[in-house]
Amino acid sequence: MNFIIFLGVVLVLAILYMIFRVSNLVSIAKGGVVDEKASSANKINASLFIVFMVGSLGWFFWYSFAFFKNYTLPVASEHGKHTDTLFWITMAVTVVAFTIISIIMFVFIYQYQYREGQKAKYFPDNHYLELAWTIIPAIVLAVLIFTGLRAWNDITAPASKEAEVVEVIGQQFAWTVRYPGVKDKQLGTVNYKLIDNFGNEFGLDLTDKNSFDDFKSLELHLPVDKEILLKIRAKDVLHSVFLPHFRVKMDAVPGMPTQFKFKATKTTQQMRDYLGNPNFNYEMACTEVCGRGHFSMKMSVIVEDEESYERWKASQEAWLKQNPGYLKNVPNALKEAAMIKAGMQKDPGSSVAEVRE
Amino acid sequence: MATTDIHTHQDVHHHDDHDEHEHHKTNFWRSYIFCEDHKVIAKQFLITGIFWALLGGILSVIFRLQLGFPEMNLEWLKPVLGEWITAEGKLDPEFYLALVTMHGTIMVFFVLTAGLSGTFSNFLIPLQVGARDMASGFMNMLSYWFFFLSSVVMFTSLFLETGPAAGGWTIYPPLSALPQAIKGSGLGMTLWLVAMALFIISSLLGGINYITTIINLRTRGMSFTRMPLTIWAFFFTAIIGVLSFPVLFAAALLLIFDRSFGTSFYLSDIYIGGEALAHDGGSPILFQHLFWFLGHPEVYIVLLPALGLSSEIIATNSRKPIFGYKAMIGSMLFIAILSFIVWAHHMFVTGMNPFLGSIFMLLTLIIAVPSAVKIFNYVTTLWKGNIRFTPAMMFSIGLVSFFLTGGITGIFLGNSAIDIQLHDTYFVVAHFHLVMGSASFFGMMAGVYHWFPKMFGRMMDSKLGYIHFWLTFAGVYLVFFPMHYIGIAGFPRRYYSWTNFETFSGFTDLNMLVSVAAIITLSSQFIFLFNFFYSIFRGRVAPANPWNSTTLEWTTPLHPGHGNWVGEIPSVYRWPYDYSKPGAKEDYIPQHIPYSETPESNLPHENELIKLEASNADGAIVVEGGKH
Repeated sequence: MNFIIFLGVVLVLAILYMIFRVSNLVSIAKGGVVDEKASSANKINASLFIVFMVGSLGWFFWYSFAFFKNYTLPVASEHGKHTDTLFWITMAVTVVAFTIISIIMFVFIYQYQYREGQKAKYFPDNHYLELAWTIIPAIVLAVLIFTGLRAWNDITAPASKEAEVVEVIGQQFAWTVRYPGVKDKQLGTVNYKLIDNFGNEFGLDLTDKNSFDDFKSLELHLPVDKEILLKIRAKDVLHSVFLPHFRVKMDAVPGMPTQFKFKATKTTQQMRDYLGNPNFNYEMACTEVCGRGHFSMKMSVIVEDEESYERWKASQEAWLKQNPGYLKNVPNALKEAAMIKAGMQKDPGSSVAEVRE
Repeated sequence: MATTDIHTHQDVHHHDDHDEHEHHKTNFWRSYIFCEDHKVIAKQFLITGIFWALLGGILSVIFRLQLGFPEMNLEWLKPVLGEWITAEGKLDPEFYLALVTMHGTIMVFFVLTAGLSGTFSNFLIPLQVGARDMASGFMNMLSYWFFFLSSVVMFTSLFLETGPAAGGWTIYPPLSALPQAIKGSGLGMTLWLVAMALFIISSLLGGINYITTIINLRTRGMSFTRMPLTIWAFFFTAIIGVLSFPVLFAAALLLIFDRSFGTSFYLSDIYIGGEALAHDGGSPILFQHLFWFLGHPEVYIVLLPALGLSSEIIATNSRKPIFGYKAMIGSMLFIAILSFIVWAHHMFVTGMNPFLGSIFMLLTLIIAVPSAVKIFNYVTTLWKGNIRFTPAMMFSIGLVSFFLTGGITGIFLGNSAIDIQLHDTYFVVAHFHLVMGSASFFGMMAGVYHWFPKMFGRMMDSKLGYIHFWLTFAGVYLVFFPMHYIGIAGFPRRYYSWTNFETFSGFTDLNMLVSVAAIITLSSQFIFLFNFFYSIFRGRVAPANPWNSTTLEWTTPLHPGHGNWVGEIPSVYRWPYDYSKPGAKEDYIPQHIPYSETPESNLPHENELIKLEASNADGAIVVEGGKH
């Protein structure tokens, strides 16, 4: 079978070669070298450029409008709406420029194709023209730069103190999330040297009392309409947090914690209703190549209203409660507080715990 | 033709005998292998570049098969790829990353830097400035052989059991530093770094030579403002390369230290493979800064020569002077300077200080202005021309079209606020493949078609050239244009498959289209290969100046020997773009024709120059000889 395919290929190539040879010999027999520039080839190529331009611009506009819904992602964050607007403004400006320049260029190509006896215009420079097309793009770009700069400054401004802090950790090849816990609302200190294979995947430092009620999740739960501050870190190699619907992207860098603040504007349910797709889910992906499983680093994202978000948080078990063996790492003086905070021991009365702390 | 040959400029009158003498004396090794003739070295670069381009193209088609046809059984690739095809007939995900990495490395460095700059800087600089050879033929030869050695090392890495480097062509640590993170970061990465170190040496040896030759060895009358734009482009390219490649060398060296000697330049706080590493205090972002300090200028190292070649070709085939010669030089100079201070736009979302982000956004968008000027100047050059569609001209038009289409999307990506969403998606892939990859590739193709007659003394078949152009032009657009949509939809790059994500589950149709177009585009390159090699031996014998061009290379004999001109090197009296000058007998006046011979077409200020021509006529040879 393979041999027959091989033979077929050889045959086709041989035929193509023969055609090439014959056409070559015929053209030589016809009177040697023809003046190529005056030949029909020049006209055909000039026309093909016009056909190409019309065809491809037509395809471009048709596809862009007809399939608009397919290639645009609905936006679900406050700054995302802003950057989307900037994106489409830039799109409008550039598409107008692109279309005009393309048409002019291809029309010139067709219009000024070689003609017997035609002489090209000796036109080496024109300062007014050059000045015009230096200044016009400069002004247009300046406008785009300043709108972009303002958006960028807003997005990267420090988060407010009330922001909901969530820590996202990248590792080969999964995301994990750590919440600061409902009792102290502070993330406990971590140290990569404390990471082990037996349960302390965060490298939680249990001498820090803020770590007692931290809890782990394999889903990213977020409240709607509340500022969220993602604290991002990586354990092994570079990863990158990508929340496409929220227009959020930030690298996770080992040794250098990063962050991104944003505000979700649509709960999962609202987005399902909006799209008419009851199975819709927000997703988080990795966009910095991180190895074999790079393409499978997915985490589900659930955006809910504040009330159910708080309810969900309250229902989660603290990490320490799930890994009671690590109590031994807690300094003796803090043991009881730790057990209370982690929900391993009934709170005998908040006043007692307060004193102990 | 050892060192004696280089000194032939000392006394040009003896050159004739020398040429004879040389043909009898040199052996095969010295004429074709370890040759110091810039023309032979250029051909060596070209052939090696073609080999790499083919390999890089094939690698891309293999991973496009995976992306376009994820269900396809790739069992039939087993004889070539062996264990990299899994038992289920699928591509190994790690090998997919290796393919992407090697495709990028090969195309950026081995094809579009060495293959393009190496070929045309070597070939055209001495011929167009009127020099017998490069300033140092020996260094030039070394430059090729370091490149060859680098190629051998890189090629060898493809056959390792653990595979070649697989962390992306940007080789960001820690992934590239830790063999436990990915197999390719073992011996594959070591060989990658060794190959790149050799490559940088080659590129520096070449670059220093190009700069020196352009500054010192221009023929009489070839002032800087009479140099063809090709030479200007090669000049800026070489300067950029000499200034930026050493930084990549530093980055690679520090990475070697981190990998093999336990330093912590780039590594810190890492827990991998069940253990916390001792590395402490390094920063992966440092590597990115160092890498992109080369990486961004590299874009222009790749692009500027292509722009230079196409400027020359568009002017010649429009039969018009290039519009705004000085503006073209100015914009290239401006681009060359700016290229050094925009690198961090690759890093907006790496956690770099946002204030730096704003600065780099500002600088990045400024670079769009000189780029726009270049496009407008090309279009104006076409206006009221008398255009001949040679294959070289068509590829140059293709270049301008790609430069426009791909350049415009740079305005999105340079805007840090918009880049948050688009960073590392297919939008970026579409952008740089059009503006840098395809545009430069088309510049290289244009150059090959245009200067083939000078290289081999024969013509390429233009009909095959037209077919090659149209298939490639349409093919490239079909490959990269749909990627914009895929990118706007958020599809991340370097993904083996998107089916894990609901968000990225669409576009199987477009991905299939892209893959089919990629296969067609690659296949049509074989038309070129056939045309190229067939024409070397059987092509129609070329006339002395087949394109009626003005530049000096066409004044050499059909098969120039080592030393280029028989007898005296022609002097230059005018700029290289006297096409269709009003009053002139023909629609071009070569650079070596003095104004005194063209009184009918001289502009008023040019008539003044006639006096100078006469007074210079004799003395200069003495000066030329005395200089050396």
